[in-house]
Amino acid sequence: MAEYTPQEFMVVCAARQIGDGEVVFVGMRLPLIAFALAKRTHAPRAVGLFENGLVRDTPSRELLLTMGDAPNIAGAEWATRTGALMGLMAQGVVNLGFVGGAEVDRYGNLNTSLIGDQAHPQVALPGSGGGADIASLSQRLAIIMAHERKRFPEKVSFITSPGYGDGGDWRQRVGLPRGGPAEVITTLGTLGFAPDTHEMELRSWRPDVTVDDVRANTGWELRSAPDAHPAPAPTADELRIIRECDPEGFWTR
Amino acid sequence: MGEPAGVQNTADDKTMTMAEAIARFVPDGASVALGLALEGMIPFAAAHEIIRQGKRNLTLIGPISDILFDELIGAGCVSKITAAWVGNVSEGLGYNYRRAIEHDQPHPIVMDRQSNYSVALGLLAGALGVPYIPMRSLLGSDIARYSTTLLPSPSPLDGTPTLLVPAIQPDVTIIHAQRADAAGRAHLWGGMGVCEEAALAARGVIYTVEEIVPSEVILSDPNRVLAPALKTLAVVHVPGGAHPSPAQGYYNRDHAAFAEYHERSRTSDGFADWLREWVLDQPDRASYLAHLGADRWQALAPKAQMLAAPVNYGY
Repeated sequence: MAEYTPQEFMVVCAARQIGDGEVVFVGMRLPLIAFALAKRTHAPRAVGLFENGLVRDTPSRELLLTMGDAPNIAGAEWATRTGALMGLMAQGVVNLGFVGGAEVDRYGNLNTSLIGDQAHPQVALPGSGGGADIASLSQRLAIIMAHERKRFPEKVSFITSPGYGDGGDWRQRVGLPRGGPAEVITTLGTLGFAPDTHEMELRSWRPDVTVDDVRANTGWELRSAPDAHPAPAPTADELRIIRECDPEGFWTR
Repeated sequence: MGEPAGVQNTADDKTMTMAEAIARFVPDGASVALGLALEGMIPFAAAHEIIRQGKRNLTLIGPISDILFDELIGAGCVSKITAAWVGNVSEGLGYNYRRAIEHDQPHPIVMDRQSNYSVALGLLAGALGVPYIPMRSLLGSDIARYSTTLLPSPSPLDGTPTLLVPAIQPDVTIIHAQRADAAGRAHLWGGMGVCEEAALAARGVIYTVEEIVPSEVILSDPNRVLAPALKTLAVVHVPGGAHPSPAQGYYNRDHAAFAEYHERSRTSDGFADWLREWVLDQPDRASYLAHLGADRWQALAPKAQMLAAPVNYGY
């Protein structure tokens, strides 16, 4: 089996979420590479939206540290306003959106704003950016997180990006038009959400870790999906493309 | 809604130095929109002049401004922020933002937490001259729950939940653009972020530009003009004015500068050293670029030209 880093595993899992022909709201960091990987493998017809106002049907020819980097603008199929792309997402055009966060809880709510009391935070995190909009308005949300117990509390201290609230039909009750987290991709595996309760459950784990490792790094009694299984390892081809995209390992090592 | 914005004469020569533009149009207590193209075309040179002039009690408005807002906060210029995100895009947290929110250093700031869409819609409402725009983003979030600006309200049409985003009308919007003429008609290209909404919503706009060009160049492609000159207060010629953020067609992002800022701003003493070296000891952008060094600056130059095809406006 090829050696790979947890970040490379996450990029592969993220890329596998992208279906061919889908419209993807690409976030910061690892999804920038996941979009390129998907385009070069199973999803050549996927379209990427970047919230600074770019639409791409080809991946950038160079590694991106931010979506505003010059190689992401050159060769775009549309360079426009943030509002135009957010508006398309508000209509329901976006199949899949990516976000990361500092904390995610049992019902997929994400915190990227602050730790502690909202009026007097212990830690001030950068905030939503477009993350809360992507979580509110995309058809499916994929969350990318380092899997650590402190990052997976039973309940987040602040809901920046709404997941399933307190479970069940919460999103419908608060008036969110659609969507919700579909997949949580972590350094240890992937998690989904139970169909009715919308409680997070283990779907797959990295081949070199155990279910107990995942559970020990989760802040509540994590259940497993009925069909939970070891995740397929990244293929040699996937790893080659990732390393071509990020030769110095800025994001993936 | 504020008073109607002043209309600037479109024929006036509005070129001036950065020092004059900031002194005249960014008074203490002003609301200033900047960093509006998100990660690119960030007007760092203008922000550094704001810091050198010791402006105080500013309200900053912008979606994501990379380290620009963090610098202004650390320098003590800011009392309020309306933003979706404050940090260091490629490196992570913003330490001055953390010190301000967590420890009131150098002094307390009021944080109006928003999302990119809500900032875009607030500025759009300002641009359209309407009091608010409803949206369905952020419903159920704690951003909405604790916000003192975003207002939950059922739609009058069908009773479904919406969140009203009040109009934002900045006193001044600062935009870095590739080129403009002396009257203040700017060509901007690349990811546009919320530049257009912010330029139209503001009482007036300061453009900082890589090049001042003859009006014939600008008027040869009126579709590429961001906003009418009747909004323009000042045009400042400042090559390299967006460094370390990228300016499409002029220079690439200086990733190392963001990493260096991240390391040096970890402590307030470290930030003070950084600020002295890169802002307070540099009278203007030319001196900043000289301090950066010719080798480092040239390494950021585009490797090749990629010219757009001309368009024909003939009749």
